Amino acid sequence: MQWASWSAFFNMGGYAFYVWFSFGLTALCVVWEVLSLRKRSKAALRLSKILAQG
Amino acid sequence: MAIKARHKRFILIAIGLALLGLAAMLILNAFQSNMVFFYTPTQVHKGEVPHGTGFRIGGLVVEDSLKRQDDGLTVHFSITDTAKIVPVVYKGVLPDLFKEGKGVVAQGKVGPDGIFVASEVLAKHDENYMPPEAAEALKRAQEQGKTVVMP
Amino acid sequence: MSINWFKYSSPQTFYPLAGKMIPWFAGLATILAIAGLYISFAVAPTDFQQGEAYRIIFVHVPAAWMSMVIYIVMAGWAGLGLALNARLSAMMAQALAPTGAIFTLLALVTGSLWGKPMWGAWWVWDARLTSELILLFLYLGFIALQSSIDDPRRADRAGALLALVGVVNVPIIYFSVKWWNTLHQGSSINMGAAPKMAATMLMGMLLMALAFWMYTVAVALMRVRCIMLERERSADWVKALSTTAGGKS
Repeated sequence: MQWASWSAFFNMGGYAFYVWFSFGLTALCVVWEVLSLRKRSKAALRLSKILAQG
Repeated sequence: MAIKARHKRFILIAIGLALLGLAAMLILNAFQSNMVFFYTPTQVHKGEVPHGTGFRIGGLVVEDSLKRQDDGLTVHFSITDTAKIVPVVYKGVLPDLFKEGKGVVAQGKVGPDGIFVASEVLAKHDENYMPPEAAEALKRAQEQGKTVVMP
Repeated sequence: MSINWFKYSSPQTFYPLAGKMIPWFAGLATILAIAGLYISFAVAPTDFQQGEAYRIIFVHVPAAWMSMVIYIVMAGWAGLGLALNARLSAMMAQALAPTGAIFTLLALVTGSLWGKPMWGAWWVWDARLTSELILLFLYLGFIALQSSIDDPRRADRAGALLALVGVVNVPIIYFSVKWWNTLHQGSSINMGAAPKMAATMLMGMLLMALAFWMYTVAVALMRVRCIMLERERSADWVKALSTTAGGKS
């Protein structure tokens, strides 16, 4: 292990803002993309169902 | 509805064209002036740099050349490309990676006394990544190699 | 043999196939990302000149690689769609563009977050950074152009032309650090040369890159399924799908 303690890990040698912002933003993009695609897929299926029935 | 769709299309086409135009402008601008991001000290000595306007100069910080003035902000150091040396003066905060013997890019103008007055100093690091112990071992090996070569 | 290809190149057969593939790629991406993150933060040592700030490399470089790889693949699908007049190819190109744009944006932003503490600047107009920014505009231009044309076939053709013209930018990005003086450092990994990184650091970076790659396949398949449903709304297979399975699979 590289870290003496959890606080040392979160501190990232003083670069906490830059490192965690980078990883956090990446995670946020991934989550947002997956959720928005799920929503889009559901909406498309719902609409085609209505079209098929009507 | 039809008008709305047409409006939407026009707006999107306008955005698309604006983006393309912006991209083309950036490309042209980049190719004209910024492809040469910095000049070397040798080019400065030969006079192959823009006159009158500011430019960037890049190279390594000469070992033992860094001197701080009493105000604590103004620093003097020299940049070299191992062939020529250009003295630099800069007033401001240096980046974390600024070190003697390491890469640097400074933006500014050459003063009448031949000293480069920098308005911005950036550190340029290399593409090597290794743990400190490995860097230390490498350095030691190189120094030993040197002493072996030299009688 | 070629019959199989044509069978899977029609949306109604590809739709359920893609649905079966998504969980596999998503699962692979998750496993690879967990392993990659573990190596990036727990195994890889600190760097001799940049300290812990270098750990941004574990998202920055994979994102930058994907931004270029996705563009090439997207242009390939778009070109194939243009040449063969194939619907599915054009849909694949359309499905890849947003993910490529996201990775380009991530490469730019994480690069900026890395540049500030190390170089001393959020942004500089050097060849590497400028050409990567142009890549973002190419993606956004492709997306805007496609959505601005109502007729899907015409939209595909126009988009394909833009995508193909933009391919020249990819080698410019890649070789910019060799061709010109840049503030951005050179590549740590080069063909035919030993990598300029410690083995565990390299391992973390490669695992994260693979995770991003699998993720890209999964979300591109998810998006292409949406595009199929939206574009072929009136087709019999979509009608059958939405009434029989209740919208599942």
